[in-house]
Amino acid sequence: MELFSLAIRSIFIDNMVFAYFLGMCSFLAVSKKVSTALGLGAAVIFVLTITVPLNWLLNEFVLKEGALSFLGESFANIDLTFLRFIMFIAIIAAMVQLVEMVVEKFAPALYGALGIFLPLIAVNCAILGGSLFMAQRDYTLAEATVYGFGSGTGFFLAIVALAAIREKLKYSNVPNGLKGLGITMLITGLMGIAFMSFMGIDL
Amino acid sequence: MSTETAEKAIKVKDTEAFLSKRRKKLITDPLVDDNPITIQVLGICSALAVTTQMQPTLVMALSVIFVVVMSNLTISLLRNKIPGRVRIIVQLAVVATLVTLVNEVLKAFAYDMYKELSVFVGLIITNCIVMGRLEAFALGNKPYDSILDGFGSALGYSWIILTVAFFRELWGSGAVFGVPVFDYVSRLFGEDFQLATNGLMVSPVGAFIILGLLIWVQRSKTGYVEH
Repeated sequence: MELFSLAIRSIFIDNMVFAYFLGMCSFLAVSKKVSTALGLGAAVIFVLTITVPLNWLLNEFVLKEGALSFLGESFANIDLTFLRFIMFIAIIAAMVQLVEMVVEKFAPALYGALGIFLPLIAVNCAILGGSLFMAQRDYTLAEATVYGFGSGTGFFLAIVALAAIREKLKYSNVPNGLKGLGITMLITGLMGIAFMSFMGIDL
Repeated sequence: MSTETAEKAIKVKDTEAFLSKRRKKLITDPLVDDNPITIQVLGICSALAVTTQMQPTLVMALSVIFVVVMSNLTISLLRNKIPGRVRIIVQLAVVATLVTLVNEVLKAFAYDMYKELSVFVGLIITNCIVMGRLEAFALGNKPYDSILDGFGSALGYSWIILTVAFFRELWGSGAVFGVPVFDYVSRLFGEDFQLATNGLMVSPVGAFIILGLLIWVQRSKTGYVEH
């Protein structure tokens, strides 16, 4: 039940895009068509669900203060937290590469659909942000996995919804200066208000 | 990547002035005409979250300036040594090291600020402006030019987020840099004159709307239209 509540929280209330502005670059750049948005969203869910638990393991057994104590007495006081950024980003970059290779080999159809988005994801702030939030909030392994999946799903929902709105927007007459980025920011703001209605829900 | 073509593209005379016309353009172009946020749509990720108040925004802006300038310099110095195939990993390693440096300095000398910015300092690593400048400029140009280019882009980013933060703090909490401006105004005009603050500005929604309007103003000034 705890986990279910965490999943709902990370999808709707602490939505990656509307509450923390993470992954905005790809959110704005790849939301012109619903089909591509679906592809990117699926790739983000996929990569977040894998990298957050992996980084949890890394954090728990290598980086945390005293995490290396299983190696012996003299390692008990070592604190490698300052290496967090560089290790997390290395894991993410490596995982993205690996996932790309595995998907290409075993699921060519999925690879065709995700293809170009997978490598781009290594530098998506939502992915690194997910891992950093996980480390900051002291989740357990199960919570980390659920959080990774939930925040990925939140991003998926947001980008697909925005893409659907932008497809309809093509038929409306927008002032010149607002075309493109401007009107998209305003729409995102309005969508954010809609998502704010989930606030205060306690499960 | 072939450095030969890149060097041909921008030919610098040995006797070029310290701040020649071309170099000044490197700094001034990203401020308005080619702004990284409003025109190129880069680096919005970590920018908006910190803009509820001026002070953290200023710290964020300074951190980004430091990281962009230093990473541009480092990559530019290494540009002939980096094999093209592994350049992304090399860039990520350089940027992550610099960001770790910023993070540790903040932790040591400004702990409150470190707590307030939390994960967003770390997210400078994935700020598209940093990678964008490295890919587009530092890999093909000389160190000094790269420093100027990085400085210009980071400055263009800084003034946008500072403007957003100014309006969000003013309308959201009635203050500028923590100075309660609204209180002074209402004291000036007597008890009945109360300026109301808008809670929406403090929430993320305010950032989107302010930035959207800012882009509108800026683009109608420059006449840039996106298709």
